[in-house]
Amino acid sequence: MPLLRTVLLRLIGTAITLFGVAVIVFVVIRVVPGNPIAMMLPPGATEADIARLEALYGFDKSIFEQFVIWLTGVVQGDFGTSISARQPVSHLVLNRLPATLELSMLALTIAVLAGGSMALLGTLYRDSKTEGLIDVTAGMALSIPDFLWGLVLILIFGVLWPVFHISGRISPSLNIDFTTNFYLIEALVRLRFDVVGDLIAHMFMPALALGIPLAAIISQLLKQSLKETMHLDYVTLARSKGYSERNVILREALPNAILPTLTLVGVQFTFLIGGTVIIERLFSYEGLGNMAIDAVINRDLPLIQGIVILFALLFTLINLAVDMLYTVLNPRLRHA
Amino acid sequence: MSSFLSIRNLNVKLAQGTPILRSVSLDVNAAQVHGLVGESGAGKSMIGKAVLGILPKALHITGGEIWLDGTDLLTLPPSERRKRIGAQAALIPQDPLTALNPSKRIGPQITRRLVDILGWSKADALDRALELLDEVHIPDPLRVMRNYPHELSGGMRQRILIASAFAAEPKLIIADEPTTALDATVQKQILRLIAQMQKRHGTALLFVTHDLGVVSKVCDSLSVLYAGKLVEQAQMRRFFMSPIHPYSAALLAATPTYADPTGSLTPVPQSVIDTVEQEVAQHDMRHQS
Repeated sequence: MPLLRTVLLRLIGTAITLFGVAVIVFVVIRVVPGNPIAMMLPPGATEADIARLEALYGFDKSIFEQFVIWLTGVVQGDFGTSISARQPVSHLVLNRLPATLELSMLALTIAVLAGGSMALLGTLYRDSKTEGLIDVTAGMALSIPDFLWGLVLILIFGVLWPVFHISGRISPSLNIDFTTNFYLIEALVRLRFDVVGDLIAHMFMPALALGIPLAAIISQLLKQSLKETMHLDYVTLARSKGYSERNVILREALPNAILPTLTLVGVQFTFLIGGTVIIERLFSYEGLGNMAIDAVINRDLPLIQGIVILFALLFTLINLAVDMLYTVLNPRLRHA
Repeated sequence: MSSFLSIRNLNVKLAQGTPILRSVSLDVNAAQVHGLVGESGAGKSMIGKAVLGILPKALHITGGEIWLDGTDLLTLPPSERRKRIGAQAALIPQDPLTALNPSKRIGPQITRRLVDILGWSKADALDRALELLDEVHIPDPLRVMRNYPHELSGGMRQRILIASAFAAEPKLIIADEPTTALDATVQKQILRLIAQMQKRHGTALLFVTHDLGVVSKVCDSLSVLYAGKLVEQAQMRRFFMSPIHPYSAALLAATPTYADPTGSLTPVPQSVIDTVEQEVAQHDMRHQS
């Protein structure tokens, strides 16, 4: 089966990529200044104390030796122990991952819905003032980075018109006994809509800040692609059959125009996940990105390594998913 | 004889005012084939597009009437005009390679209009599509209905588009250079197929082409167009025996023949071009005031 073969090849490629990422991260965070051990000890610790603790964590060995030890552990699923939290890295990271995944997915949903409808609207009213307005809006949305959008949103929905929560993930009073860390999904499954509402009220602003630039990209790219498709013969033929403009756009043009957009959305979605590092910090959202900043401040080398590897894994998996989706949506690639 | 399509003084202009069609009037009678010939850029395709309401956005109808089955389409509100055209007329497009949606299977591309626009049941539409595909000599129609366009040859795709055009039994079909994009060998088969189908279904056909040889084989009457202006309208036999307008005569003379394959081609003489250009200029002068 060719699809299985493709997936296997891609997974091998993924492994190689992750190895490369691991090498780079491992070396870089050990070469840059900052001693994790010195951060752990109280002021006035002696050289001997430092040396003893370094030996305990294995930092007295050469980088190469350290890497081999770490990699041996990773292959067995052991990502080491966090220096600051004194807990297994895998445990810490997997606990935080659902929060970041939910936030990114909500941001992606917002981006696809907003960007998609702007593109459709712009195509329906192409070459008019409406399209001009959409272009200007998208240009503005795109030229302001996500963290600045975060501040703008805090000012609007947190200060001037305080309807959303500006920090955290859930109100303590509503913290029902979650069995998973996918709070939003679990609350939906358990039909606790009061909790869902509270979660959304917390996630809305960070998700919007992350989603706005991507919405602008989707809007402009999909609109361009749709407008080009609208000139093609099969669209003209459909129009001559008596279909309305809206019907022609949605059913004839969109399935074809969406393909180039899809590839870009995949790439941009990985940027969006990278953006969670700052946005989660800004909104004190308990996710992976927020944890990454703490890890860097504390020079928590094992934790940094674990987070970066997880991000890298996420990126490659998203790209794989996009490529597979592309094959499903494009019949010309299905049998090739 | 009643004319099913009747165009009166149709004027089409570019947004900046450049005329594309200059007071064109023509009739297509029920169950007859009317040829529309001219050089490329003469505006012959635009007549068909204006009738079907699919003119490019940059072009606008600035005057005239398009009567389809006793109703002037241009007086109807857009949505009603669209539905009426969809129910009564159909297009056989020029390039079969680009006229089918690449991401949809063949079946729905034929049946969807029958269900959505004409309100047929799905089963009826399916039966009709199979019947039509069989009629245009598509082997194994059931399998082809499940194919995607890229899996079929250009000739097959044009047959499918012909089947699709006839599926709703429209009273008028506009064929826009339906054989230009095909191989010479396939061209002949497709031409014969269109002629057969037109006779069997008794459809009025507006046949747009630059090929006078094709016109002589399938048409009952024809219009010659130059720079968006009608130069001559005639019944087939009369036209080929004694064209009235010097431009028509020059076009006929310019048609290459198999009798002398090594002979050089005859261009339209400059004097003739000057004559028609003058007529076009006179027309524009009259319509400016």
